[in-house]
Amino acid sequence: MAGAAPMIEIDSLDVRFGTNHAVRGVSFHVSPGETFGLVGESGSGKSTVLRAIAGLVTEWTGRMAVDGKPLTRRRGRAFFRTVQMVFQDPYGSLHPRQTVDRILSEPLAVHGVAGADARILRALEEVALPRAARFRYPHQLSGGQRQRVAIARALIADPRVLLLDEPTSALDVSVQAEVLNLLADLRAARGLTCILVSHNLAVVAHLCGRLAVMQGGKIVEELDEATLRAGQAKHPHTQDLIRLSHELEEA
Amino acid sequence: MSMPPLVPPLVEVKNLRVDFSSATGVTHAVRGVSFSLGKEKLGIVGESGSGKSVTGRALMRLLPASAKVRADALRFGETDILHASERQMRALRGGRIGLILQDPKYSLNPVMTAGAQIAEALRAHSRIGAKEAREATLNLLESVQIRDPRRVHDAYPHELSGGMGQRVMIAMMLASNPELLIADEPTSALDASVQAEILRLIEELVDSRGMALMLISHDLPLVSHFCDRVAVMYAGQVMEELPAADLHKATHGYTRGLLECIPSLTEKRPRLPTLARDPAWLAPRP
Repeated sequence: MAGAAPMIEIDSLDVRFGTNHAVRGVSFHVSPGETFGLVGESGSGKSTVLRAIAGLVTEWTGRMAVDGKPLTRRRGRAFFRTVQMVFQDPYGSLHPRQTVDRILSEPLAVHGVAGADARILRALEEVALPRAARFRYPHQLSGGQRQRVAIARALIADPRVLLLDEPTSALDVSVQAEVLNLLADLRAARGLTCILVSHNLAVVAHLCGRLAVMQGGKIVEELDEATLRAGQAKHPHTQDLIRLSHELEEA
Repeated sequence: MSMPPLVPPLVEVKNLRVDFSSATGVTHAVRGVSFSLGKEKLGIVGESGSGKSVTGRALMRLLPASAKVRADALRFGETDILHASERQMRALRGGRIGLILQDPKYSLNPVMTAGAQIAEALRAHSRIGAKEAREATLNLLESVQIRDPRRVHDAYPHELSGGMGQRVMIAMMLASNPELLIADEPTSALDASVQAEILRLIEELVDSRGMALMLISHDLPLVSHFCDRVAVMYAGQVMEELPAADLHKATHGYTRGLLECIPSLTEKRPRLPTLARDPAWLAPRP
């Protein structure tokens, strides 16, 4: 693979839900190993972009490609082997009647991966969950532990792209720090390409090298982390978000 | 903050203990919490499970039957909450004490219009007719800075955004002119920009109506922004209580740890410091 070829290419993506034009002509590229941030207020369309890439929103037009392969409406098994997603609410995204063991076995069974037992143990270790957690149900785990299970499930079949939708906004700040460190470590160890959706600019700046700011379904500005931290954003909406973030940060 | 000696505090909590018994044993959710509150803004901060919400609920006696509540004193004004009748408690709940919860999606009735719910709250605490209630409801919606009160009055909760829903919640709580507003994570389900708007609104209303505020949240910087005093809770105890303006001078390891693990927009750090929990924090405090 040529070094310059992007891992994720989004070109003029449009999503309509009935009369609601949720995403309007969104385009961006993400290089292999890069973490790209999407920020904006709720209703700005940032999660919809992520869901369209993941194949959870099917009513889209435009062009999307992952690893050079154009994405179709229906996605095959190979796509889900490459791309996995972690959602905001770890309780809502784990099956309440399945043990952690069962939750982690399923992707392996779907993709016909051998050596499930060893992989599950390794996955638990990777996300720093105790072995005892393996036969627990989600309600027996804390919020942070549940999110670790969700991350382990996403990574267990070795995807190359990880889509993160507000992965820490339901967590305490102390647990958020642990999960953010974990994501940074896993990304480095596996060379993952990530897209992180968040309304928290500080979280995005912490993990992402580059980001796009969305408003009303459009990308209003694309900038890098240094520009963001220096407060040199050009678009007034980005400037507003930065001002607000500073205001809430000061104790 | 010292109170003038002749005026008793609005809320007095002395050595509050709440235990939950279950099949697997007893959980000590609150272990000896004391504070008093006048006409001021008190923030109660801690992680989930620290007992901050249980403390708020105990004040309104809204805990499930499995909770065992003990205290040397648990008073609201002249009402002794531990021994008050249900009738007395009804006058407090939604009357003299308003409670705002985290997610308006769950705390509003999905099959009643916003206006009908606010009118119900109004009529539960004062004898007014339907027409008067409608007028008062529209006024309340206006006071929580809703630009189009008539539209929101007739809207169902699913037709409102999160921020709008929370404004409706607040309007409902203002209906009875409460003396104390307990806001339990009022903005955690909202975006950063809406968060600030809602908290500013609460602050303005509390100041203009002379209410006391108990703001319960896990977000330390946010709370200190909007409160006079902050009590930091861990494992059912108050670790430290300090003026919000002095938060950056906090000395307790737990408070410092919570402040330091927050990612910053200004400062770049390759790794976030994580909270090292000192077993000594669990020891009973004097």
